[in-house]
Amino acid sequence: MLTQGDLQAIWLTVRLAATVTCILLLIGTPIAWWLARTRTWWKGPIGAIVALPLVLPPSVLGFYLLLAMGPNGPVGRLTGALGLAPLPFTFWGLVVASVFYSMPFMVQPLQTAFEAVGDRPLEVAATLRASPLDAFFTIAVPLAAPGFLTAFILTFAHTVGEFGVVLMIGGNLPGETRVASVAIYDHVEALEYMRAHRLAIVMLIFSFVVLLALYVWRPHSRKGT
Amino acid sequence: MKLTQLISVASLVLMASVAHAEKITIAAAADLKFAMDEIASTFRKTHPGDVVEVIYGSSGKFRTQIEQGAPYDLYFSADIDFARALVKAGLAATDVKPYAVGRIVLWSVTQDATKMTLAALTDPAITRIAIANPKHAPYGARAEEAMRGAGLWQKVEPKLVYGENIAQTAQIVQTGNAQVGIIALSLAVNPELAKRGGYALIPNNLHQPLEQGFIVTKRAENNALARGFSDDMGSKTARAIMVRYGFALPGETTGK
Repeated sequence: MLTQGDLQAIWLTVRLAATVTCILLLIGTPIAWWLARTRTWWKGPIGAIVALPLVLPPSVLGFYLLLAMGPNGPVGRLTGALGLAPLPFTFWGLVVASVFYSMPFMVQPLQTAFEAVGDRPLEVAATLRASPLDAFFTIAVPLAAPGFLTAFILTFAHTVGEFGVVLMIGGNLPGETRVASVAIYDHVEALEYMRAHRLAIVMLIFSFVVLLALYVWRPHSRKGT
Repeated sequence: MKLTQLISVASLVLMASVAHAEKITIAAAADLKFAMDEIASTFRKTHPGDVVEVIYGSSGKFRTQIEQGAPYDLYFSADIDFARALVKAGLAATDVKPYAVGRIVLWSVTQDATKMTLAALTDPAITRIAIANPKHAPYGARAEEAMRGAGLWQKVEPKLVYGENIAQTAQIVQTGNAQVGIIALSLAVNPELAKRGGYALIPNNLHQPLEQGFIVTKRAENNALARGFSDDMGSKTARAIMVRYGFALPGETTGK
C-alpha cells in the first residue's frame, strides 16, 4: 500500500522524533527543574524564550536557522571550524531545529509537574541527609512521573507533526530530510492524491492514537499516585 | 430607525464605489517575480483605482489550488502544460496564451559562475547543488534533464538539495547553503542577485524548452480588468520587460 519511499519517510520521522525526545529529556529536565524552583528575576525571560516556538511561525524559525547554520552564520562557522559539514539539509540539522521547535512541549509539562511536587518532600529528604541529586532522582522524578509521560508523548508527537521548519531547512532529501509531512506535501504538489492520501491517513491515525493514549492514561496514573 | 437608514445609505455608497474599482489577483510562477512586478506596476499606472495583486509560488501548487476553487483571476504557469490542463478541466475563460520561454542558468554567490559549465558540478569542492524540486517545479525538471543530457546525473545526484520552487532554490544559494544552484535566468539577471557571483547559461539543447503559458480563469470570465491585463501582456512594453529579464518570447528565436 505505502511505497518504499513513504515507508522511508515514516521511519525517518520516527527516528527524528525519538532522537529529539531523548535530547530534550536531557536538556529540558534541568531547565524545567530550574524554572520550577528558582525565584530569580530571570525566570520570566527564560520561560518566555522557551515558550517562543509556540507563538513563532515556523517560517521565522526556519529562516533564522537557515542563516545561522549556513556557512556564514555563527553556527555554520562553528561547525566549519570543527571540520563538519553545514547543518542545513542534514538529519542533524533537522534534529537541532526540532529541539528548538519542540522545547516548550518538553519543558512546560515537566515544570508544572515539578511545581506540583513542591518544596515539602525535598525539605524532608534534606533533613534525612539526602543530597540534592539524590532527592531529585528518588523523590522529585517519581512524583513527577505523569508529567514526564505527558512531556515525552507531546514532544514526540509534536516533532512528528513538524512541517514548516523542515520544509525550509530540509532540502527534501529522501532518507535524510524528507519526513512524512514533507512527503505528503510533495505528493499533493505533484497531484498524486492517492499517494498523499495513503500517507496522510497513517499520520491521522497515529495522531489520534497518541492523543487518545494521553487522555486515557493520565487519569489512571494520577489515581496511582 | 435613523441608524439603519444611515447604514443602508452608507453601504449603497460603498457598493457603488466598489463597483467602479475592480480587483484582480494573479497567481504567477516564482520565476516571474521581478518581471511581473514591473509589468504589474506599469499596468497599475494605466488603471488607477483598480487593484492588481500578484502572488508568487510554484506553478504546481497554484494549479492544485485553482482546481480547488482558489480565487485567482489569472494564472501564469512556468509550465504551459499546467495551464493546458486547467483549460481541459473547464477552469479557464480563455485559451492558453504562451507568453515566454524560460532559460536555466548556473548561479553562485561564492564563486565566479560566469564561465562555469555543467561539468564543473562534478568538482569535489562543490558539495551541494540546489535545484527546484523536479517532481513539481518545471525549472527543476529542466535542470534534471540538462544534467542527464550532459551525462552527469549519476555523479551529481548525491549532492542535490531541493527547493520548493525556483525562488526558494535561489534563496538556498544566496544564504550560502549550496555553492551552486540551477535557477531561472529571469531571477539571475535581477541586479540584487547579479551583483554577486554571476551566472552562466545552460545550453538549451540539453533540455526540453521551458514553454510558459497563462490563462484567465473561469471565475474572472466577466472581469474586464483581468481581460485587460491579459491583453496588456501582448503589448510592446510588457514584451520588452520580459525580454529584459531574460525570457525569450514565443515564436521568436531563443538565441544562444
